[in-house]
Amino acid sequence: MSMGKPLPHDSAPMHVTGAARYIDDIPVPADCLHLAFGLSHVARGVISSMDLTAVRTAPGVVRVITAADLPGVNDISSAAHDEPLLAPGEVHYHGQPIFLVVATSHRLAREAAAKAEVVIDPKPAILTIDDAVAVRSYFEGGPLTWKRGDVDPAMAKADTIIEGKIEIGGQEHFYLEGQISLASPQDNGDMVLATSTQHPTEIQHKVAEALGTPFHAVRVETRRMGGGFGGKESQGNALAIACAVAAHLTGKPCKMRYDRDDDMIITGKRHDFRIAYKAGVDAKGKLVAVEFDQYVRCGWSQDLSLPVADRAMLHADNAYFIPNIRITSHRMKTNTCSATAFRGFGGPQGMVGIERVMDHMAHRLGMDPLEFRQANFYKKSKPQETPYGQPVKGFILPDLVRQLADTANYKTRRDAIRTWNEKSPILKKGIALTPVKFGISFTLTHLNQAGALVNVYADGSVTINHGGTEMGQGLFQKVAQVAAGEFGIDMGRVRITATDTGKVPNTSATAASSGSDLNGMAVKNAVDQIKDRIARFLAVDGVKPKDVLFADGKVTAGNTVLSFEEAAKMAHENRISLSATGFYATPDISWDRTIGKGHPFYYFAHGAAITEVVIDTLTGENKILRVDILHDVGQSLNPAVDVGQIEGGFVQGAGWLTTEELVWDDKGVLRTHAPSTYKIPACSDRPDVFNVALWNGENHVPTIYRSKAVGEPPLMLGISALMALSDAVGACGEAYPNLSAPATPERVYMAAKKVGAKR
Amino acid sequence: MSEITLRINGKQRRVTVEGRTLLVDLIRDQMNLTGTHVGCDTSQCGACVVKLDGDTVKSCTVLTATLPEGTEITTIEGVSTGDLHPMQEAFSKCHGLQCGFCTPGLVVTAIDIVERSPDGLSASQVRKALKGNLCRCTGYQNIVASVLEGARAMGVQVTEEKETV
Repeated sequence: MSMGKPLPHDSAPMHVTGAARYIDDIPVPADCLHLAFGLSHVARGVISSMDLTAVRTAPGVVRVITAADLPGVNDISSAAHDEPLLAPGEVHYHGQPIFLVVATSHRLAREAAAKAEVVIDPKPAILTIDDAVAVRSYFEGGPLTWKRGDVDPAMAKADTIIEGKIEIGGQEHFYLEGQISLASPQDNGDMVLATSTQHPTEIQHKVAEALGTPFHAVRVETRRMGGGFGGKESQGNALAIACAVAAHLTGKPCKMRYDRDDDMIITGKRHDFRIAYKAGVDAKGKLVAVEFDQYVRCGWSQDLSLPVADRAMLHADNAYFIPNIRITSHRMKTNTCSATAFRGFGGPQGMVGIERVMDHMAHRLGMDPLEFRQANFYKKSKPQETPYGQPVKGFILPDLVRQLADTANYKTRRDAIRTWNEKSPILKKGIALTPVKFGISFTLTHLNQAGALVNVYADGSVTINHGGTEMGQGLFQKVAQVAAGEFGIDMGRVRITATDTGKVPNTSATAASSGSDLNGMAVKNAVDQIKDRIARFLAVDGVKPKDVLFADGKVTAGNTVLSFEEAAKMAHENRISLSATGFYATPDISWDRTIGKGHPFYYFAHGAAITEVVIDTLTGENKILRVDILHDVGQSLNPAVDVGQIEGGFVQGAGWLTTEELVWDDKGVLRTHAPSTYKIPACSDRPDVFNVALWNGENHVPTIYRSKAVGEPPLMLGISALMALSDAVGACGEAYPNLSAPATPERVYMAAKKVGAKR
Repeated sequence: MSEITLRINGKQRRVTVEGRTLLVDLIRDQMNLTGTHVGCDTSQCGACVVKLDGDTVKSCTVLTATLPEGTEITTIEGVSTGDLHPMQEAFSKCHGLQCGFCTPGLVVTAIDIVERSPDGLSASQVRKALKGNLCRCTGYQNIVASVLEGARAMGVQVTEEKETV
């Protein structure tokens, strides 16, 4: 059996030899053309003149395309139809594409694009959350509020009240493979694209719209991405559409790859937030009322900002029962790149808000932050409801946190750190445990569906295909293990094939951590149908179809024992169909986002992390010394893949909250547009001690083999790094550190100085 | 345009390049060796690391025309012939990869680290030596484990045991 085994990633042998093909590695015909955008050099304004003569006459240029030249709809947005491919007259952010150069090479296209003479009359740009609030630049006309109970009277009766705010920076995805697409025109007006995307179906739809053809005239294929992290959910649309339009107009294959600087300037990032909070507890230290104002910088277009901001609201409780709560979400429209999906999809920011409250209140009460957190957990025995009305079932966090605190010696180490800090005037250590409860399902209910296509060939070899995309997370490997396990054959017989809109249509993005939940079930459904047909055919002489066994490479029906290969051959010769489409729709979910009530999540995934850090109060330099994680993946489909997701998620989350700082200047120009200025964690930043364990237990609801989603939840384990830094800064004096994120050395230094660190 | 003879993965190749042709572009576009990847375009991420006369270099920072005649270049495709190199085995077995885009550069770098440490190698040395190769997926834990496993398989002693407390 292949299920639950820590098998290597299916592409591992190809990755280590360099044989794995990414889009830029696909051989193209010699006449393939290359594309580059000409970008706006101001954050907001009206294009008053555009002289592209020097671009058109530059070496290698075949064609220059402006908004007026587009054959169909000028839009790359996921849903809102508010994001033109090429700015038609007004520009809304620095770096917005204005025109498209088609040339004989990547370099010549980029060089030509730089020769344009575009004059833009600038208008006052709305760059920051403050700017946007001042002029009420809101999406949907104003803020959205969800509430439970009655916050004001409860707060008035509270024993202790805290108030504060935290700034939370955004995050660049920095997928190692940048955005890229390749379009090849076909006969009959069809277009075939190979593209690095988490959402081939959306690319198909948007390309069809741009070319004015039905969806069936466009086919999109994605074998693998060199990382996605949400950054390839909608941000690949522009390149794919540009390639398709250029291919349509020139009749030649067209490829577009963003240079890294362009990639970081043009594409959206994680939303930066400001969260203002007020919280009250009773005399027993129980939360009685919490109020949040979440300010979200969405950028110039909607993209996925509304569901991102919704998910931030949905995680404003994290693991804690809050009887009276009011969450107000301010979705600010600004003249910056359009913030987009990023692993956690708003959940992490919402969770930072409540974890900050827990940390701040524990400090005020003089309690151990862990004890305060534990005292306010949802009850395990009697399910309590979230603020949005979903009962918190299968809530294992109280046990999981206790186990982690015990095995990692939280209490002993916390005491030891206090003693150490007393004797250490310059260096200060800190430790924090933070939990994660993350809701699994797309909040837009209809997205929770998946399709699959499974073919058994007459030689007993199998191909599987489904709507999910592979971005390194091991989805293909997990789903192949499901198929091999169900057929009772070895992995070598199962061939994983590229995601293809021509094989499985109308798919959802591989997002919301849902990949293996949805596609694993859809593949199993298809496998079950084929097995059932073979079983019915072989069930003769009193053998019932349900008693036909598929195991160890054999099919056993009573006294008949066939190899899987023989069974496939025999079934084919007896005109039994060996191909099936599978389907799955997540049960038990419903959601009304206007009032913020319902049952949006099928279940919750849990985890907890303890992080220990040390800071230098003279410089703000800091280091993560040790991390201990216990994480809940239900019954693991592949423990090695899951542990990899947890380790990578933690490091990415800790990077977001510590070293990864996006800086825009007062003209709206992103100043951190390369890894030279934008610091993602390197190997030398990795914690010296990094212990990761999987919680032993299965999902309480039926999922594929009772497993749980793992893509996003571990990112939020990184919040423990921010809280540990806060703890270390707190050791410098009496006041609460008020540390914002990312907690760069500068911020740590300033916070320590404010708290009272001696120079 | 200039002509130059290089030895790429053991084969003598006469190539014509512009003065500005980067080694990575020669490797990918003219030699069709696409295992060497372009990640950041600015010589920082390490996805394009190859060996050049025995040293690892980020090939997007090398101007091909400036190389001496007969320069020896080894890309990921030249790391092994036939069976996988022990370091490649280790990355595969120890889950030292996820999306795989950074992997070729890491494998080339890792082999170099081990070859330069005949007297033994520790986890902390590996962590420092790998800081020029960015990975966005793994959190580096399994990468360090892979390099140590590869070192053992290459006959180099690993001087620190697995770091768990």
